[in-house]
Amino acid sequence: MAISRSEIEEKVTDVLENALGADRDDVVATATLTEDLGAESIDFLDIQFQLEKKFSTPEKPFKIEQGELFPENMMSNPDYVKDGKFTDAGFAVLKEKMPHVDLSSFGGDRNVRGLAKLFTVKSLCDFIEIKLKK
Amino acid sequence: MRWMWIDTIVAYEPDRRLVAIKNVSLAEEHLHEHFAADGALPAQPVMPACLMVEGMAQTAGILAGSLRRFREKVVLAKIQKAEITQDVVPGQCIRYDARIERIDPMGAGTAGTIERLDHRTGQWERIGETEIMFSHVDQNLSGLAFPEHNFVFSDSFRNVLRASGLGHLMD
Repeated sequence: MAISRSEIEEKVTDVLENALGADRDDVVATATLTEDLGAESIDFLDIQFQLEKKFSTPEKPFKIEQGELFPENMMSNPDYVKDGKFTDAGFAVLKEKMPHVDLSSFGGDRNVRGLAKLFTVKSLCDFIEIKLKK
Repeated sequence: MRWMWIDTIVAYEPDRRLVAIKNVSLAEEHLHEHFAADGALPAQPVMPACLMVEGMAQTAGILAGSLRRFREKVVLAKIQKAEITQDVVPGQCIRYDARIERIDPMGAGTAGTIERLDHRTGQWERIGETEIMFSHVDQNLSGLAFPEHNFVFSDSFRNVLRASGLGHLMD
């Protein structure tokens, strides 16, 4: 049976509460993982591992491949990032690889540092939902 | 020499589990300060819990390193859980039982149990649990320059592995 959106949100909240020591009340859809919930780089690996555990079933393992949550090797690619900003090509790759992130509110300058601010609790829930439907 | 908090490895199941032993001895100087006599209170030597966490981190770290034949620089990234409910005193033995929960190019997740042996009863008793995550630094911090050689698994680790009959893992 397909898992409902509210169940996904509940499980994602459990994971963030556990991985980040976040207060449950602070884990709202619009909260950003880094700025609002205090996630550091290593926490993302922890979150990834915990999500896999949480959404795996005996019949169907839930495995997040490297680069699935965040595209890899983009920052060091001069075709994608120039002077600390995403190029048109880089932005197109982001759109393709990160359908779970709302890029419409990205700052006009496309500064790479702005990307982390767009990764919210909703992004994580969307990621799970999209992946489970595949 | 790196400060080793395990004495030997007693079990190794490739890619899955590693078990190490630590004998706690009154010859260890730190036990005389933890806790020293204070006024009317007599000395009470107890193995510091933080060093038990380090012992487990070394055990689980060797296991995580062995997954890729010690080619990765495996560093402790996060202690998600460390619960130790009982004291360990000189004369007792600690057993660190580490298992791999998850391995990824970026790092590894481990779970562990800590037990103590009281020689008077001959019984092992579970006294703690851990969840520790390790990062492969070359994968996660690729923008930073690290030495080429594997500074994590130094001679101290190699010596423990060799003495435990597992030296071939580092060849």
